[in-house]
Amino acid sequence: MSAPEPGPFAAPWEAQVFALVVSLQESGLFTWAEWADTLGAAIRPPDGPEAPANYGRWLAALEAILARRGVAGTDAVEVRSRAFLRAAEATPHGQPIVLGNDPLRGG
Amino acid sequence: MAQDHSHDHDHPHGSELSPIEARVRALESLLVEKGYVEPAALDALVEMYETKVGPHNGARVVARAWTDPDFRARLLADATPAIAELGIGGRGGEHMIVVENTPDTHNLVVCTLCSCYPWPVLGLPPVWYKAPPYRARAVIDPRGVLAEFGVTLPETTRITVWDSTAETRFMVLPMRPAGSKGLDEAQLAGLVTRDAMIGTGLAHSPAGEARP
Repeated sequence: MSAPEPGPFAAPWEAQVFALVVSLQESGLFTWAEWADTLGAAIRPPDGPEAPANYGRWLAALEAILARRGVAGTDAVEVRSRAFLRAAEATPHGQPIVLGNDPLRGG
Repeated sequence: MAQDHSHDHDHPHGSELSPIEARVRALESLLVEKGYVEPAALDALVEMYETKVGPHNGARVVARAWTDPDFRARLLADATPAIAELGIGGRGGEHMIVVENTPDTHNLVVCTLCSCYPWPVLGLPPVWYKAPPYRARAVIDPRGVLAEFGVTLPETTRITVWDSTAETRFMVLPMRPAGSKGLDEAQLAGLVTRDAMIGTGLAHSPAGEARP
């Protein structure tokens, strides 16, 4: 239970989620109290047991706040996610995955 | 490495992106487009929490409190400005409270709601701190939790559990270990573990074996 841990983030995406939340809080989009309430709700699904407050739940809480504020709706996030998945598939190994590589990207 | 691939290499293939990675990238790119976040600021934040902010900060605070009674008094009276004297502060530490272990009282910190934690002094919380078993059991059975961390306290020592919130975040001032009299501040800081400042551990003793 108390084994030493290598670093604060297990994967780059965890660090990105963390940085997004901190950055948005600092710019005043939400307070830490609102964040804690939203995260607290995200780890307590109505139909299941309490979950760890890990970065996957951070992502869910962030999406909930952004949708609630009208900053980024679920549909927009979904569309953009699919574009990144297509872009990844079209990007050779070792090269940066950028949206421009999405073969369906319109003008 | 490339040798790990088991599928055939006759056709060119793309990069891997997991659904969650794609989602995070989607959020970030939307937020950058709309001007809510700056990529350079995000990178700076990540670098700061990966390299600069961590329990070594809290250890400096503890060592100072052990060696400077006036500082210790200021720390226990109003932790945030006292900690700022050492150049430590900022996000997640707007209102910190330091609670002192004594032979009579041992303090244990938890966040029962989610994972509130004093980032400036301890960095980001360990995985177990964010997990339901710790969140639940720290309150119901603190002595049992301590036992799992290898900490056994005398029956006469009272355990007080502090519930951190977004607004108020607790840090434990552990007891100075026996046999540490001649040590300077830097050496003392080396005895202070992250767990000792959460309350799931004790400070190392100078001659003793390192414990987590």
